[in-house]
Amino acid sequence: MAIGPVDIQTETAPLDVGQIRQDFPILQRKVHGKRLIYLDNAATSQKPQSVIDAISYYYSNTNANVHRGVHCLAEEATEAYETARHKVCQFINGDDPNSIVFTRNTTESINLVAHAWGRKFLEKGDEVVLTVTEHHSNLVPWQLLAGDTGCKLRFIDIDDEGHLRIDRLDEYITEKTKLVCMGHVSNALGTIHSVRTIACAARAVGALVLVDGAQGAPHGPVNVEALDCDFYAYSPHKALGPLGIGVLWARRDLLEEMNPFLGGGEMIRNVSLERSTWAGVPYKFEAGTPSVADAVGLGAAIDYLMKLGMENVRTHEKQIVSYAMERLTELPFIQLFGPRDPADRCGLVSFIDTDIHPHDLGTVVDQHGIAIRAGHHCAKPLMHRLGVVATARASFYIYNDREDVDKLVGSLLEARKVFRL
Amino acid sequence: MSISGLDELYREVILDHYRSPHGAATIDNPSVQVEGHNPLCGDELVMHLDIVDGEIRSMHIEPRGCSISVASASMLAQQLEGASLEDALELKKTFQAIMQGAEWPEGSDPGDLEALDGVKNFPVRIKCALLAWMTLEQALAEYDQDLVGEVVIDRDIEVVTKKS
Repeated sequence: MAIGPVDIQTETAPLDVGQIRQDFPILQRKVHGKRLIYLDNAATSQKPQSVIDAISYYYSNTNANVHRGVHCLAEEATEAYETARHKVCQFINGDDPNSIVFTRNTTESINLVAHAWGRKFLEKGDEVVLTVTEHHSNLVPWQLLAGDTGCKLRFIDIDDEGHLRIDRLDEYITEKTKLVCMGHVSNALGTIHSVRTIACAARAVGALVLVDGAQGAPHGPVNVEALDCDFYAYSPHKALGPLGIGVLWARRDLLEEMNPFLGGGEMIRNVSLERSTWAGVPYKFEAGTPSVADAVGLGAAIDYLMKLGMENVRTHEKQIVSYAMERLTELPFIQLFGPRDPADRCGLVSFIDTDIHPHDLGTVVDQHGIAIRAGHHCAKPLMHRLGVVATARASFYIYNDREDVDKLVGSLLEARKVFRL
Repeated sequence: MSISGLDELYREVILDHYRSPHGAATIDNPSVQVEGHNPLCGDELVMHLDIVDGEIRSMHIEPRGCSISVASASMLAQQLEGASLEDALELKKTFQAIMQGAEWPEGSDPGDLEALDGVKNFPVRIKCALLAWMTLEQALAEYDQDLVGEVVIDRDIEVVTKKS
């Protein structure tokens, strides 16, 4: 049930979607005169009132810069910021809040590792193993690193259903491999990757493992220890949190030995005109004034999700995606991508209409108040691998239900009429 | 925007061009060949021009994209075969102005291009209609820099010159 291993299989309870929707002001608005049906959650999720209120409360009552100043507000702001760090640690089942670094987003988290770890420890002849399904955010930073260090990139292929070829891991992961980077869940196919199997192969050759959790952490219980990874990055804005804050979890000993990322205030221990020494972990990686209000909003988002229960979120999404696949399979003109077994995928469906381009589909369904994504999903190499330039993608979350799927299917049929098919 | 706005966007003539675009025939030794990309959505267009005595004698296009971008490229090919380079550049400027809200000038004969007027009501799709025209401008600049002057690249549309 979990996306990745958890120790105990807990009982799950169904989500009360009607009640949940009441918590999201944006879901009360209309789009083109229709109820908004938001199915672009893989891009960013909507925010509950409690998150909006937490940010508003912070600016109305607490606002100050953190980790400096001895006044009351500075103290309260610092505590609010550090409380958020503890909540994130709990959310991904880490054991040390100081292993959590706040960044701007998943992309920055991955770039941080490529700079601070990659440029220190990799050299010509070393190999970094990726997968063909990666989002550009978990590809381009490694291309830049390869350009700078001379290390080589290798790519794990997929089978026809979008599963990584774990049967051929020994071809990709060798003695030369120093790092394996993979998405927890493919943003374009929804495949839940076999992180633990791949991590095991990486361990066998002494390589580290980085997981891009942008599509993982929002959708089910995550346990970074059980996943057996070394770095885990995600974007809270895809998990009810505000835009503008990202998370990097890393093993403490790795953070200790890595170079700093950005230089500036907050990340130093001592500074003279000639040289500086670095603050301890995680502050070494948090140069400049952080987005404190967003951290506070992130804390409120985690509270909301933990109250629902991440097992329940996963079960809910699995039910919807299963229903969506069932309904879309009924349409002969729709071609679905990704795993056929809903247990192997997160709450998203990627598809094409064999006669209508995804952008045109996107425009037509938008007129029905339905927001989907159409395009290459920042995964152009994967689109090339699938032999398409673009797909349409509907991604679900806690406030979506079967009726939303029915409305989507209705609008796809409507698109056929618009195109006189 | 009502659902009927969709019929305004997806007119029959647009769907006809989308399904069987003009300019399919290939050219043996094109005078210029360029490729246009829209990195935001992944649409692509290959354009070959055969230019003789300042006229576009024939045009070959390979569009890969949505109905609007394919139809726009097809109409461009239909409209500009036999046109002078100056007229082609002029039509590009006019069409771009139309997409930004202008009306077709009195006495002009936009032909099928008029059917793309509905795109104006869907601002996010305007770049789809413009891809072919930005690619054309780049092709003309490749052929005769003085004619076109400085090409102002739309920040959403990257036009890449293909080596022949």
